[in-house]
Amino acid sequence: MFSRRLFLQGGALTGLSSLLPATLLPAWARSASGGNTGLRPDTATEFNLSVGRFPVQIDGRAGEAVGVNGTLPAPLIRFREGDEITLNVTNTLEEDTSIHWHGLLVPFQMDGVPGVTFPGIRPGETFTYKYAVPQSGTYWYHSHSGLQEQQGHYGPIIIDPHHHDPVAYDREYVLVLSDWTFENPYRVFAKLKKVSDAYNYQQRTMGDFLADAKARGLGAAWADREMWGQMRMSPRDIADVTGATYHYLINGHATADNWNGVFQPGERVRLRIINASAMTIFNVRMPGLPMTIVAADGLTVQPLEVDEFQMGVAETYDVIIQPTDDRAFAFVAESIDRSGQAVATFGPHPGMRADAPALRAVPTLTMKDMGMDHGAMDHGAMGHDMEGMDHSGHDMSGMEVDHSGHGMMDDASWPVETKDISPGPGVANVAMMPVSRLNEPGTGLEDVGHRVMRYSQLRSLERNPDLRPPGREIEIHLTSNMERYMWSFDGVRFSEVKEAIVFHEGERLRVTLINNTMMPHPIHLHGMFFDLVNGGGDHCPRKHTVIVKPAEKLSFDVSAEHVGDWALHCHLLYHMHAGMMQVVSVLPSADKAKEKDKRMEDMHGEME
Amino acid sequence: MMRKFCFTALACVALCLRAMAQDHSGHGAATGDKPWSQADGYFDPAEMDAVRQHMQMHHGSSRFVMFMLNQGEVQFTDDEETGVWDAGLWYGGDLNKVWLKTEGEYNFDAGEVEEADVQLLWSHAISRYFDLQTGVRYDFEPDGLAHAVLGFQGLAPYWFEIDGAAFLSEEGDLTAEIEAEYELRLTQRLFLQPRLAAAFSAEEIPERELGSGLTSLQAGLRLRYEIKREFAPYIGVEQHSAFGATSDWIEAGGGDADQTWFVLGLRSWY
Repeated sequence: MFSRRLFLQGGALTGLSSLLPATLLPAWARSASGGNTGLRPDTATEFNLSVGRFPVQIDGRAGEAVGVNGTLPAPLIRFREGDEITLNVTNTLEEDTSIHWHGLLVPFQMDGVPGVTFPGIRPGETFTYKYAVPQSGTYWYHSHSGLQEQQGHYGPIIIDPHHHDPVAYDREYVLVLSDWTFENPYRVFAKLKKVSDAYNYQQRTMGDFLADAKARGLGAAWADREMWGQMRMSPRDIADVTGATYHYLINGHATADNWNGVFQPGERVRLRIINASAMTIFNVRMPGLPMTIVAADGLTVQPLEVDEFQMGVAETYDVIIQPTDDRAFAFVAESIDRSGQAVATFGPHPGMRADAPALRAVPTLTMKDMGMDHGAMDHGAMGHDMEGMDHSGHDMSGMEVDHSGHGMMDDASWPVETKDISPGPGVANVAMMPVSRLNEPGTGLEDVGHRVMRYSQLRSLERNPDLRPPGREIEIHLTSNMERYMWSFDGVRFSEVKEAIVFHEGERLRVTLINNTMMPHPIHLHGMFFDLVNGGGDHCPRKHTVIVKPAEKLSFDVSAEHVGDWALHCHLLYHMHAGMMQVVSVLPSADKAKEKDKRMEDMHGEME
Repeated sequence: MMRKFCFTALACVALCLRAMAQDHSGHGAATGDKPWSQADGYFDPAEMDAVRQHMQMHHGSSRFVMFMLNQGEVQFTDDEETGVWDAGLWYGGDLNKVWLKTEGEYNFDAGEVEEADVQLLWSHAISRYFDLQTGVRYDFEPDGLAHAVLGFQGLAPYWFEIDGAAFLSEEGDLTAEIEAEYELRLTQRLFLQPRLAAAFSAEEIPERELGSGLTSLQAGLRLRYEIKREFAPYIGVEQHSAFGATSDWIEAGGGDADQTWFVLGLRSWY
């Protein structure tokens, strides 16, 4: 079952690599036509990374990036589970920088968040990160300073298992998905603050109204507009920054650059997919070829065959594809609002180009996305809503009934700290009836006619390590005012936060996220994996980032093991930058505090 | 009179800046209690503190400057041509802003500015969609008059943009204006914008030729094409009507109390 064939980097650069990105890219990010026939299994324990500005060619146009070692994406960092590694990060910029190791269980002072875990890396300075992590899989790294992430400061991490990889494959690739703009990211942010829908060219128009009136009757079309208008919200508010400015990239290649990978028909090919975008949630699919999800956020899951999945910013998925046909397949990463996509090719020969499918119709949100009590409404706008509103996964056989929906609070046998959120300048909407949506595939994928992954289907391959019930539960509300482009947790922007969220070392607790906004938010907790309460019993998927859908309420259970201050934030970059961020302080428990003091003293000794 | 205005304006700016500073006094740094500090065990606490404050500030309390030319247009009939502007500049964050607004008219035939005012306002978000604005207005033309301003600006249900204010002049006269705009999206770049603006006066003000009650109404329709979001030329029509004593004064002066203008202009922001 364990049959990994190792592929060495084949042939020299061919004439096809004349497309500029290839020549500037590290081997793993190149196309097959640029000599990449699969990843090399080389690991190392020491890495030298230099953060700087450098010219790039994106989608055929020249730009300037901020990134690592002069390549976009940044170099692949590959090492072995448990190895003590050293990363020397030198800042050649004229501003501070940082690197955060996304999903890695590092000591918190190595986590790389300026102002939370360390002071950042000053211009001209070299900061040495040192750690060994007890995990394997696909991860990534990126800047946590300013808006550098939007400018190209991101790269992949692969940690090879210490012993044996439960995933068998013949060939592997990393696919780093990202979004690039030639605009200055601060300008992008400023535009959103001034005219929040400045990048949205997919609003409903007069023509849509007429078409709708014709299809559903004037009354229904009018009532629908009336309701959205009354709320001052848009059912097409799906992505803040769109294809109007973004060039969507796979390993630095736009569709026109045609990143291509090769396979031999019949091979099991492992794709390590990383959504390293600043703002883009992607729908990932390979028309005509099923994908078997084998890992989520780095950790292995029970194999799940799907045709498509929605991928939040900062999530990673490993999938196995096994093409048997001797032809080219498209790999499509489509922006959730369908304002653009990046298409790559997998084929039996280097340089093949698969047909790029046309962009699908723009999705339209429903009142359910607003968290309205739709039992009280009978508007035609609701369409598909009713499915999936039950507690997660009733259609799944053999699973325990786990009240992961809103009923949970009533029968929770642990104390629940609820919060009252009231409307105000920073909180435009309070979801009246948030529900579990783990059993839904995500915005726009409800009716695509093929198998789309739902969170409720994910099962950890390994038994969850901590099966204690939570000792308590806290709620965190996701709040916003799109019109003012304000984003926050519990109505409080990060700039106004006066105290961190406290976890106590050793405790097991439940965190319930309630999305009062109309957008899906990929929420990321640094420093720990959490068990998504999705009906999986003792095999819940363990993740570091989870998309909370509009008007959704979901929970995860987490064991506070690693003492330190850990960032918690929406991984949509401009949402974080607007204030959708907090800090979770895992405080040492009294009996462990002494031990910790000693550890810190030792550490100090080493540093001096 | 100009001096008096300058004093008032300066006082207003001082108040604004003070209130904006208070905007930031909210977070933990200023109170001396650190919201988190475990990294102090590994790094210089003073440096951590400075970086944390800077970092928090830039995650939620960034400030911006916006320039908005809402109307920059030529209005014309068969025998008259007027240049009209309505522009604003603000500086600030999510909740508090300083606004500078200006409106005016330039008569091409006479070659002179007929009306011009500037408002300096302190704008504070008071609800989900509305800001309260208060400050001063100074009319450079026609009569060099200063006013205190109390107004609001925001987005009403059904996407009506509303901007209203009451003005108390240094002569003690109370007037008010309210303006509503709606944007009908014909395509993703082509907008039809109906606009209604009404002016009121609490009593007759002979020296400004204003009657009491509703003094005038402007009803416009502009068709705008957004070449870029920030740059949109438009064409349109606007009906100006005066009422009551106001209308009588205009007609006594040989003018028309009801006039239809064609407009050609540019809307732009940065």
